[in-house]
Amino acid sequence: MTRETLFNAVLGLGLFAFPLWAWWAEEPFMITLSTRVVILALAGVGLNLALGLGGLVSLGHAAFFGIGGYAMGILASHAQSYTPLMEFPFVIEGTKSMPVIWLVAVVASALAALVIGALSLRTSGVYFIMITLAFGQMLFYFAISWPAYGGEDGLSIYVRNSFPGLNTLDPIQFFLICYAILGAVLLLSARLAASPFGLALNAARQTSERVETVGIRPYRLRLTVFVISGMITGLAGALFADLNRFVSPSMLSWQTSGEIMVFVILGGVARLFGPVAGALLFILLEHVLGGLSEYWHIYLGLLLLGVVLFARGGVIGTLAGQGGKHG
Amino acid sequence: MAEPILSVTKINKSFGALKASIDVSLDLRVGEIHALIGPNGAGKSTLIKQIAGGLQPDSGTVRFLGRDVTALDTVQRAQMGLGRTFQISALAMEDSVLQNVMLGALGASGRPFRFLRPVLKDKALRETAETALARVGLSEQALMRTSDLSHGQRRQLEVAVALTMRPRAFVMDEPMAGLGTSGSQRLTRFLDELRHEAPILLVEHDMDAVFALADRISVLVYGSVIATGTVDEIRAHPEVRRAYLGEEE
Ligand SMILES: Nc1ncnc2c1ncn2[C@@H]1O[C@H](COP(=O)(O)OP(=O)(O)OP(=O)(O)O)[C@@H](O)[C@H]1O
Ligand SMILES: [Mg+2]
Repeated sequence: MTRETLFNAVLGLGLFAFPLWAWWAEEPFMITLSTRVVILALAGVGLNLALGLGGLVSLGHAAFFGIGGYAMGILASHAQSYTPLMEFPFVIEGTKSMPVIWLVAVVASALAALVIGALSLRTSGVYFIMITLAFGQMLFYFAISWPAYGGEDGLSIYVRNSFPGLNTLDPIQFFLICYAILGAVLLLSARLAASPFGLALNAARQTSERVETVGIRPYRLRLTVFVISGMITGLAGALFADLNRFVSPSMLSWQTSGEIMVFVILGGVARLFGPVAGALLFILLEHVLGGLSEYWHIYLGLLLLGVVLFARGGVIGTLAGQGGKHG
Repeated sequence: MAEPILSVTKINKSFGALKASIDVSLDLRVGEIHALIGPNGAGKSTLIKQIAGGLQPDSGTVRFLGRDVTALDTVQRAQMGLGRTFQISALAMEDSVLQNVMLGALGASGRPFRFLRPVLKDKALRETAETALARVGLSEQALMRTSDLSHGQRRQLEVAVALTMRPRAFVMDEPMAGLGTSGSQRLTRFLDELRHEAPILLVEHDMDAVFALADRISVLVYGSVIATGTVDEIRAHPEVRRAYLGEEE
């Protein structure tokens, strides 16, 4: 067991044990806080595949986070008002079922990522960052100017959506759902990194020319990982909206894109558990420093500066040392 | 005579006012090593790029395995079986040596879009990769990080990656550069055998290697091929001696 695996195990178990303790101690707010960490970590795991493994610096992942959020908001709001989404040419009803909502969120995010990726990946470097940012902003303004779904005010859902066999209104049960999803996605993402596809993508990040020379198209590799990445972040968006029972254009804002990227960078780019460590640290800082000062982002900024200048491997790189990337 | 495996016909390429390829024609036949020599900046690498696909000629054609491949890109030419090594190593430096050769084997397999099984456990790929490493003498370094290899070992790894593709023709841009005497001699012996698997277009500054290996030599000066011939013909060619080998006697 390497130090990194050990660290990951401690992190994973800690993130499980803490809300269990909170449940026992009857501190529901702490459970909600933990759920937030888990969901934001999931969004980061999505971005980390594109950013860490693929080298794709996307500043537009809020698009997928928000699409996931709106998938939940739109479906659930139609269900709670008993009005179908559309009646022609066929009827589509809203739904309060989480699995269905997740499926819609993932498919919608995949489609968006396919379109955004197909266009953005024709560029690279700074242009790629700008184009992904521009797409994110387009969706943001679209959501603001779409009164049917709340416009600027967003959409509220009265009751959390349901999952067969569980009571999602119980904070600990909803936490467990999110935790299980994060675990499954981490497992998949480790497998992906070690797979033939992961090998090729990882090489394409380092030397595109080499990958072409062995007869593999880097563009296809990147588009594929961009779509997978968008799907995961979209799923996180649906869960996030369900956690808050609320979705608004702010989920689509570029600040959200920036925050997701902060999770990844704080925790350690290309480290399997990087986004988990990053999201945890972020929420911890928000909770602790946010209580002391409204301007806690200044300290976050300083920390980020420190990581970028002195500790490129982020929390995980610093605590667990070099080597063993992504799984 | 059978059609050559690879041929370029009247290739021209300019970078602004600089003419890097002027009416260049040459071919590569079954079983041969065709060396391409010429002073620094003569346009050798530029020609290699046009053959391998990274650079589009302004005019002229490139044919490979009986097909006009001028309009095809690097990936398509690689898939057809063109194996290339770079003058400046293009390797995944953060990855292990083994991973780099696995990448070549993966490319050759044509199935990179597999997502769940660990690539290092793929027996077929692994065998191809390990055989290639063994052939260039890098087996012991398989698990090293590529950035920790010496310059010479990286050159060997470049060749190993090309081997994993089992190409129909090799195009090698200065594989001996920086290898040192024993390294060059070793690679010379290796290429000598390799030509029977697939012919080699060899750009090389190491004249001992070129004279030892080449069936034919083409001399490129300021973008033009000024002579093509056997080792003896090139040694004796007055213009070549003046332009390129001048100081040697
Ligand atoms: N992309 C480019 N844009 C402009 N000029 C270029 C470009 N690529 C090459 N050149 C120029 O074309 C000429 C030929 O370069 P090339 O690299 O082909 O030479 P070479 O024969 O491989 O030299 P060496 O032996 O040093 O490797 C040089 O003058 C080089 O500066
Ligand atoms: Mg050159």
